[in-house]
Amino acid sequence: MRTRTPRVAGLALVLAAGLAVAGCADRSTDGGTAADPSASGSAAEDGGGSAADLAIQPLVQVDAEGAEVAAGGDGTEAADPAGDGSATCDGVAIAMAGALTGPNAALGTNILNGAQLAVTQHNEANPGCQVELKQFDTQGDPQAATQVAPAIVSDASVIGLLGPAFSGETNATGPIFNQANLLSLTASATNPSLTTNGWTNFFRGLGNDNSQGAAVANYLTGELGFGTVCVVQDDSDYGIGLAEVVTETLGDAANPDCAAEVKTGDKDFSATVQIIADAEPDAVYYAGYYAEAAPLLSQLRSGGVEAAFASGDGSNDGQFVSQAGSDAEGAYLSCPCGPAPEPFAADYEAAFGQVPGVYSVEGYDLATIMLAGIDSGVTDRAALVEFVSGYSGVGLAKPYEWDSTGELASTTTWLYEVQ
Amino acid sequence: MSALVLAGGQVLADGVIDFNVGALGRNFWSLTVSGLTYGSIYALVAVGYTLVYGVLRLINFAHSEIFMLGMFGQYATLMLLGFNPSGDVFQQGVLLTIVFLGVAMVGGMAVSGGAAVVLERVAYRPLRRRGAPALVFLITAIGASFVIQEFVHFVLPKLTGNALGGVNAQQPIRLVQPSTQFELFGANVTNVDLVIVVAALALAFAVDRFVNATKFGRGIRAVAQDPVTATLMGVSRERIIVLTFLVGGMLAGAAALLYTLRVPSGVIYSGGFILGLKAFSAAVLGGIGNLRGALLGGLLLGVMELYGQALFGTEWRDVVAFVLLILVLMFRPTGILGESLGKARA
Repeated sequence: MRTRTPRVAGLALVLAAGLAVAGCADRSTDGGTAADPSASGSAAEDGGGSAADLAIQPLVQVDAEGAEVAAGGDGTEAADPAGDGSATCDGVAIAMAGALTGPNAALGTNILNGAQLAVTQHNEANPGCQVELKQFDTQGDPQAATQVAPAIVSDASVIGLLGPAFSGETNATGPIFNQANLLSLTASATNPSLTTNGWTNFFRGLGNDNSQGAAVANYLTGELGFGTVCVVQDDSDYGIGLAEVVTETLGDAANPDCAAEVKTGDKDFSATVQIIADAEPDAVYYAGYYAEAAPLLSQLRSGGVEAAFASGDGSNDGQFVSQAGSDAEGAYLSCPCGPAPEPFAADYEAAFGQVPGVYSVEGYDLATIMLAGIDSGVTDRAALVEFVSGYSGVGLAKPYEWDSTGELASTTTWLYEVQ
Repeated sequence: MSALVLAGGQVLADGVIDFNVGALGRNFWSLTVSGLTYGSIYALVAVGYTLVYGVLRLINFAHSEIFMLGMFGQYATLMLLGFNPSGDVFQQGVLLTIVFLGVAMVGGMAVSGGAAVVLERVAYRPLRRRGAPALVFLITAIGASFVIQEFVHFVLPKLTGNALGGVNAQQPIRLVQPSTQFELFGANVTNVDLVIVVAALALAFAVDRFVNATKFGRGIRAVAQDPVTATLMGVSRERIIVLTFLVGGMLAGAAALLYTLRVPSGVIYSGGFILGLKAFSAAVLGGIGNLRGALLGGLLLGVMELYGQALFGTEWRDVVAFVLLILVLMFRPTGILGESLGKARA
């Protein structure tokens, strides 16, 4: 006991000292903030200032060869959901299926709001034709979607479907909609294999991952002139598919020594950073989602890698900028989705109190196409599929015209830059 | 390079695993430095597993969530100190930064330690009172782990007005910009690496002294060795159990701050799971129930998995960690240092 006592006392002393230091520190920072705002308050503002100014800005629209394509226009020539105002119809509805709750609800809501805006504008202009927009929540989950799909099919008033939103749920529910010959017009499902199932009712309202990957790869080596690129992929179907196309298109520019794979949920990329730093590339391409892209970019920068950073639509989200902070500056983000032009953006914000998100424009355009079909006298599902397959027109985002598989005849990819 | 070739020259599988010896050789020292920083974080978390196992013979799988709560604890402390998350580095003086980090660490330790004690009180004590079999504790631990995760995922954002928790990672609050301080055999050692290793070693030393050289520590060792006799000798088993959870939780909270220094955007509800699993492996690797074993196992695992990652490719990191664990256990079934807490010098 005697030998122990000093040690216990020593420990207590250390503990007490620690508490005192902590206490003092607390008080001194309080004091510091109050007396001298530059201590922590303004430092926080300074730090936040530069990052808060950063946003994902549209840079250029390119085709699959990476060549610049003039932007679709200011929206004046685009199809107007209002039509000529003399349409007549009775008891028809279009459905929207996608994630409206759950972790991916933002994406589904973007599409739904875009479509809702088109339907509202249509119904206001056409008193004789009130189309209803019915919403079905799949949570973005293939399993949940297969339970929702029969309810959509059995609703006789629904003659066209905007969705499903994600590739997984589209894959799972495709046969159900195809069997019912219900038009399935997706605004965001980009997995290339979806149009290889022989579904005659399925049309994709944007370029698939193949066209996006090829476009961004060609842009990196062409327009931006990067000689070596490290392609990093995650372990999702999306990331693997996108990385494959990018690597293939890059050809010799893709350095196989620094091609790395990360796992969804990883937050620490020290070995990946090491390998990339070793290879000294001109650019790093990340095929995956923002949750990993942001910390990867931050760790690349703190690991001394100054190479340009590019990623796809999985990272094209405000979260990417907020997570990576000022490290995000100058990052290139591609997306088959177009930026929202005025006056659409203003109307959208007035209606829903938020700025249009990714795929809002596509939701608006695709709903407009279905409404044009209804206005032209279509009253059943088969006729609407027929109408869309023969459709050719310009929307807010791009021209819409489909080939026999349901892919757009011409696709473009938008490049965005964080600045 | 590593093709599996059948007799007759038929290639069965090509390039399944590439042995990139060059990458390992070139980056050996920088991998060692990174490995040691992660290893010291694993080590601190592993102590929580090993102490609880020593005293209760219970694998507290919810310990990874205690660590995760610690990350939120230090994050909330920094927010209360007036840091608005921005993703940028706050330029403070060195001294002030250390003070803020110290306060954040105390915040993380308080949340983690408190949560561990609450967990023990709510989840494990009622079971112990009823003399539930060991398997029930294990299932309860796994269940508690899910409950805590989903609490942060769904309930915490509602309680804090979406400031904390939810599906996305917290926007990082970065106090320290990693910058190289000196080179060690060509490897850059950053200020973050230094802070992590030094702080972890200091805490490891402190907990080692606490367990081996204080009255409370002797109580822990006594209960680990023989709970009945310890009780007869006047040691309150319940109090020792609470103390054990508290110490383990506090170390996890400290580790949480160090981890967030290294990975600022890792503050997320699911952020503790894999790290907890690794720390548990580290505890087993060193000899579960053995305090110094946990510390050694943590450092070893951190370094080895980075070597393995460089050698086999980044996607093999977790595989390397667990293959290493299996290999060691094949030859030393009780872990590297083997001895349990109870059998250590009393």
